[in-house]
Amino acid sequence: MPRIGVFVCQCGNNIASTVDTKKVAGEMSKLPGVVFTCDYKFMCSSPGQEMLKQAIKENKLDGVIVSACSPHMHEKTFRKASEAAGLNPYQCEITNIREQCSWVHHDKTRATGTVKSIDLTRMTIERLKRNKPLKKIKIPVRKKALVIGGGIAGIQAALDIAEGGRDVILVEKEPSIGGNMARLSETFPTMDCSQCILTPKMVEAELNERITLYTYSEVEKVDGYIGNFTVQIRRKSKYVDEDRCTGCGECIEKCPFKVESQFELNLTKRKVIYTPFPQSVPNVPVIDAPNCPKIQKDKCGACAIACGPKCIDFKMQDKIVTEEVGAIVVATGYQLMPNERFGEYGYGRIKDVISGMQFERLASSSGPTGGEIRRPSDGKVPQSVVFIQCVGSRDEKKGVSYCSKVCCMYTAKHTMLYSHKVHGGQAYVFYMDIRSGGKRYEEFVRKAIEHDNAMYLRGRVSRVYEKDGRVVVQGADTLSGSQVEIEADMVVLATAIVSREGADTLAQRLGIGYDKDKFYNEYHPKLRPVETVTAGIFLAGTCMGPMDIPESVAQGSAAASKVLALFSADEMAREPITSVVNRATCNACWDCLTACPYSAIERESVKDRQGNIVRWLAKVNEGVCQGCGVCVAACRSKSIDLRGYTDEQVYAAINAF
Amino acid sequence: MAFVCNWCTYAGADLAGTSRMEYRPNVRIIKLPCTGRIDPLFIIKAFENGADGVLVSGCHPGDCHYTTGNYHARRRWIGFKNLMEFVGIDMRRLHFSWVSASEAIKWVDLINNVTDEIKRLGPFMEYKGLKENRAEQRKG
Repeated sequence: MPRIGVFVCQCGNNIASTVDTKKVAGEMSKLPGVVFTCDYKFMCSSPGQEMLKQAIKENKLDGVIVSACSPHMHEKTFRKASEAAGLNPYQCEITNIREQCSWVHHDKTRATGTVKSIDLTRMTIERLKRNKPLKKIKIPVRKKALVIGGGIAGIQAALDIAEGGRDVILVEKEPSIGGNMARLSETFPTMDCSQCILTPKMVEAELNERITLYTYSEVEKVDGYIGNFTVQIRRKSKYVDEDRCTGCGECIEKCPFKVESQFELNLTKRKVIYTPFPQSVPNVPVIDAPNCPKIQKDKCGACAIACGPKCIDFKMQDKIVTEEVGAIVVATGYQLMPNERFGEYGYGRIKDVISGMQFERLASSSGPTGGEIRRPSDGKVPQSVVFIQCVGSRDEKKGVSYCSKVCCMYTAKHTMLYSHKVHGGQAYVFYMDIRSGGKRYEEFVRKAIEHDNAMYLRGRVSRVYEKDGRVVVQGADTLSGSQVEIEADMVVLATAIVSREGADTLAQRLGIGYDKDKFYNEYHPKLRPVETVTAGIFLAGTCMGPMDIPESVAQGSAAASKVLALFSADEMAREPITSVVNRATCNACWDCLTACPYSAIERESVKDRQGNIVRWLAKVNEGVCQGCGVCVAACRSKSIDLRGYTDEQVYAAINAF
Repeated sequence: MAFVCNWCTYAGADLAGTSRMEYRPNVRIIKLPCTGRIDPLFIIKAFENGADGVLVSGCHPGDCHYTTGNYHARRRWIGFKNLMEFVGIDMRRLHFSWVSASEAIKWVDLINNVTDEIKRLGPFMEYKGLKENRAEQRKG
């Protein structure tokens, strides 16, 4: 016979004003198996907890019920107290008679609340009688991290983890780390040169002994679970031996072929063997294989002849490397929505309509014009420039529903850069609202308007067309209520930030969630902003949604601190609410395997003495199982059950209804 | 009787309490990790034990704490509902809903509406009878 104790909390008057706690305790004492009952003013207080511990010891209780507030409030408190008194913590259950009873039934005669509390407590008692003592699951942790994406968020995360004394692998798709930030000219609101603050960090990442850089590489496959991931990384062939290359650049010099530069957003051309930008890390060129005549047709080979250390190998193949890591930080960043979608703004049709990112390159001293603002069509210095904001952002019909967050600020920055570089030039900005929340951000926009004389027009642009070598912009100025037509030399579109192409594929590979815009979901938008629902996988930066550099850096550090916290112990303990297979009855239909959202169910073979497989069984990987119980309901032979929520427990509660 | 998931609806019901809203006292909640854990037999058992109506509620599609558990629940529910209809259960006694952790008002409205509807239908005796018969048989 079980020995159960029931403790009914009055919670001051919070419960006692609508529930007769004494009566609840009294009724419970009549039930079989209940050997101790009481009611008390505040069970969660120290005397309350002491009383619970005392009662467990004195009455040799093997299970306790605390009828009080929601288990989300104090389940941990009471389980800890029970454990201190020598009881298995999972033999302590909470009945919610505050949030779901006393606070929602205002009957002052206390009849309603009392009846309901008695019912709920009785159901919990019956459930508790079927509880089994459970032990926290211990999992070993491999203390090495993987960071996917070498933009500023990923670099920051990698540096912080390395500084915390742990090894990191930093995987970057492009030939160089740096990400989108490497493209920017200056950064708001301080007008620091982006390269000046980024490149030291890139070099630091390269030189840090704890960081292994895999550039020009992609994550192909992820297996395992928190503390124990196995990752396959495809190292795309660079056709250049990284270890021997000195970065002298002779090969680039001698290469006779040129193609559009993706890094410069097609504003200029680059060689077929190239580094994306002069400060690339690592400073090792790669051959753009589809455009290389030597690789395609075995013609040329000038680079190999020029190469002093002879490190060019046209036969080099992709390599797959397997790495074992304990945690993963995803920092894959963003891209811009293709401007071609906005025909009314003439992008692609009119040469002098460019994107905001292209303007960054024009303004950058390492860009195609050496930092002079010259328009793409004829290289003329534009005397007036129109900036159009919200191109695709906040436009559910043609673009995306959200605000891209940084465009108001970078457009203000563009107008400043423009007025500093082209004296007497006039900048016009078409905007919907100016969103400049952030430290010293509003002051920055005011400065662009008041000091640098940017003309801000509140309204949308309806049409952009060419006329006599100029670009005419027609739009509305809703503040003066008039139509405006501006003859400009160049138009800059503040295009929406969107998730990276392939973001969904990577999410599926990692088993993390994403929203309708394919931005990754955080565990909790407020309280767990850099974790995902998959334990051991963390997020940082714009792969979660539009954000600026300070936010991305903060998130990189936040993710790193989560990784370091995980790595601070050799083993980690987790809740033992996992599925368990009845090996005697499982008939290997694999319904559970297909239902499981975490791929936590594995196929296990049973062999006879000769080593022949005689049957198959489902096996739960406790490290991966999150305890949702989908497999339990899916199992047709009732061979799988969920610890803590077993069929027996649930039926007992229903039967006590 | 209400079968709710721990993450959305249970938390939503808690919020109704924290906000001191008021609703009909006739519901008894059973908390499960996820609606995907719900075995259709739970519902039959609930009727057998005298429930006059059953409510299943979890996270909104796409919001499941366990990524896809609620989709499993929804799919199962559709099949099960047809079966229940076939055996002649008044579908007004069975409700399925999505209530998120922030939708305390929706929870209150839901409980009030479901309770009122079931009150109009009166007590559900057929299944309860089954259990009593079986108990008598066992004695006999």
